Amino acid sequence: MFDGASAELLARFQFAFTVSFHIIFPAFSIGLASYLAVLNGAWLWTKDRTYLNLFNYWKKIFAVAFGMGVVSGIVMSYQFGTNWSVFSDKTGPILGPLMAYEVLSAFFLEAGFLGIMLFGRERVGDKLHMFATALVAFGTLMSATWILSVNSWMQTPAGYSIAENGQFVPEDWWSIVFNPSFPYRLVHMVLAAYLTTAFVVGGVAAMHLLRERMNAEARRMFSMAMWMAVIVTPIQIFAGDLHGLNTLEHQPQKVMAMEGHFDSHPDGAPLILFGIPNEAEKRIDYAIEIPKLSSLILKHDLNAPLPGLDTIPDDEEPPVAIVFFSFRVMIAVGFAMLAVGLWSAWARFRGQLYHSPWLHRTVMIMGPSGFVAVLAGWITTEVGRQPFTVYNLLRTSDSLAPIDAPAVAASLIAFIVVYFFVFGAGTYYILRMMNKRPSNDPKLGLREGPNRAAGITPIQQVSAGSATSPGE
Amino acid sequence: MVFDLAFIWAGLIAFAILTYVVLDGFDLGLGILFPFAETHKDRDVMMNSVAPVWDGNETWLVLGGGGLFAVFPLAYAVVMPALYMPILIMLLALVFRGVSFEYRWKTTRWRGVWDIAFFGGSTIAALCQGIALGAMVQGIEIEGRAYAGGWFDWLTPFSVLTGFAVVVGYALLGATWLIYKTEGPLQQRMQGYAKRLGIATLVLIGLVSLLTPFQDSVYFDRWFALPGALWSVVMPAVMLALTFLFFTGLRDHKDLQPFLSALGFFVAGFVGIGISFYPHMVPPDLTIWEAAAPDSSLAFALVGAVVLIPLILGYTAYAYWVFRGKIDPDEGYH
Repeated sequence: MFDGASAELLARFQFAFTVSFHIIFPAFSIGLASYLAVLNGAWLWTKDRTYLNLFNYWKKIFAVAFGMGVVSGIVMSYQFGTNWSVFSDKTGPILGPLMAYEVLSAFFLEAGFLGIMLFGRERVGDKLHMFATALVAFGTLMSATWILSVNSWMQTPAGYSIAENGQFVPEDWWSIVFNPSFPYRLVHMVLAAYLTTAFVVGGVAAMHLLRERMNAEARRMFSMAMWMAVIVTPIQIFAGDLHGLNTLEHQPQKVMAMEGHFDSHPDGAPLILFGIPNEAEKRIDYAIEIPKLSSLILKHDLNAPLPGLDTIPDDEEPPVAIVFFSFRVMIAVGFAMLAVGLWSAWARFRGQLYHSPWLHRTVMIMGPSGFVAVLAGWITTEVGRQPFTVYNLLRTSDSLAPIDAPAVAASLIAFIVVYFFVFGAGTYYILRMMNKRPSNDPKLGLREGPNRAAGITPIQQVSAGSATSPGE
Repeated sequence: MVFDLAFIWAGLIAFAILTYVVLDGFDLGLGILFPFAETHKDRDVMMNSVAPVWDGNETWLVLGGGGLFAVFPLAYAVVMPALYMPILIMLLALVFRGVSFEYRWKTTRWRGVWDIAFFGGSTIAALCQGIALGAMVQGIEIEGRAYAGGWFDWLTPFSVLTGFAVVVGYALLGATWLIYKTEGPLQQRMQGYAKRLGIATLVLIGLVSLLTPFQDSVYFDRWFALPGALWSVVMPAVMLALTFLFFTGLRDHKDLQPFLSALGFFVAGFVGIGISFYPHMVPPDLTIWEAAAPDSSLAFALVGAVVLIPLILGYTAYAYWVFRGKIDPDEGYH
């Protein structure tokens, strides 16, 4: 299947494949954990059962998504060693402690309180249950903080020296953790997770509104999701712009690839809206461009000079086409989110938020858009730092474990088969749960009534499940 | 013996691995016993006995891996490629086992599939962990700062034996855990299994102990020179006492005693391995101090460990306490 591919390429593909799968689940569960904490808090505050019903609805989906995130994450924590052992040996003294902090301050917290959050309301009471729910949300944010610090250090290393044995040695932990790109990346990623969740919630709500316009739970979550869309998307675009400027300062090659600037522009660079990068000829074919706009965005000056990839040695350039396209996908999704947010605000202003089928259809289609944007954004930033694992200091080709190509090919095939099977099934179960009505008023004849939340026996669940979805 | 940062961290990593074995051992064990349950209902109860806590239990494995990366990066960089296949197969097995906790309740048609995934994932993960242990005991060939052996060096009769021993031992932990957490016919069934598994575990521990000195003569010296010799004297007595407690606990239908004694077998075995290895991190060439990250890394990580590990142990204990007592077959967790 992978005849002729080098061990390096296979190992890179394996890492990209496993991390791409992995990032989908945290991107969703970071946002969903916070949403659950908000829902539970709102229920305790207002005693409006709509919030409790929504909490119990999303709680079950969270449990499955979180489980998939955990198992795909364990793979990541070992894969540094199995496939990138030289990288591990060299960066371990710096990145290892940050990841240890992630495990100690985040993973244990999430795992320790997840059981209480999911199953423990009756056993511990509302207050402790709220506390556990908030800690799970806090844990997901801590996890994001540490792992993005790790990633950012690889992009913009700081606070280190290099020892005789080739290891990076910590000199100043403060500058390591708060390395130059970390604050921007953290804000951009957490907002991305929140938006991803908002659009998933909005999409599910829209689907149920299209079926049943009066459903209180669907209305409530649609309204909450659209508030997020209209408020957070502009903040995210602003944060993304700042992140881009930070990248320009520290990783100019990446921005050149994103912009498609093969050539330097001494008196104002154009913004290339679209085109097809021709890496052999080092130009963008069929480019549609706006003169000088890139200089205006990046330098806030129409005539500012912008160097291009012609100033970078060929063996230090990232692959342009992937970065160029993935960046545009992310931007396009971002602006589509902004448009939907504004549309929903207009509909809300006119009192039509729950009576706009076309808005609902659009939001439903946009349900998975956050995942697309997150993946596209990660591809942009990760491929954009190639050919290095530690920017300008350690090449990807020098990071590799001494594993032969056939062994990596075998493990890669195993990962592909297992992940598609396991996470495909999980996605199917999640979609099926989303397809269920979010409210539990007795219309459907659910025997458990409003106390369904209290935890139902599997046998009952099976019978209730088959009663509501006979097609199963 | 030098009491410095590297030594403390070696102790902490050993503690994390032991805690993992103690906590996830019975989770995996009841997965191994899954096909031997009589009814769906029994399997529901078995899974529910760990559903609220398994996630935290497995996190110790992440701490073992992440901690090794943090404080002994060279050991991590050498061991992972050496054990490439058993580690990756274990990870994939844990994927199947982990998702089964959720998926099994979402479907009736495919419940059998996830039952098999849970059993297979648990068994293969346990087997790979045992094989990895055996391969470590055999020693890992290093040149410079990298693994220098072949791709199947880990596969020997000895490592297969340790793999098998861990599967049987985990099944014992699972059976005794279920004695503690269940009642009625399921509990009786587990009492029967526990007796047979207990005998098998003790025989296998004996076999592995006998064969270990032949993997590397250094082990032999360590067992018969101070301070290891002290343990050589104490160990048989401890094992004898644990064996007595285990079988009398079973005989008298005690709930907790068989489980604790079975955990004792593992702790004793683990101490034995520690004595065999010390001062090496990765036998036969890499010592704790050669593998350690610079002191600035060890100190920085230690601050977090000292503050957070007691907290983690505290709230883990709290979670167990919240979900204490026998499993009510009519209370579902899904």
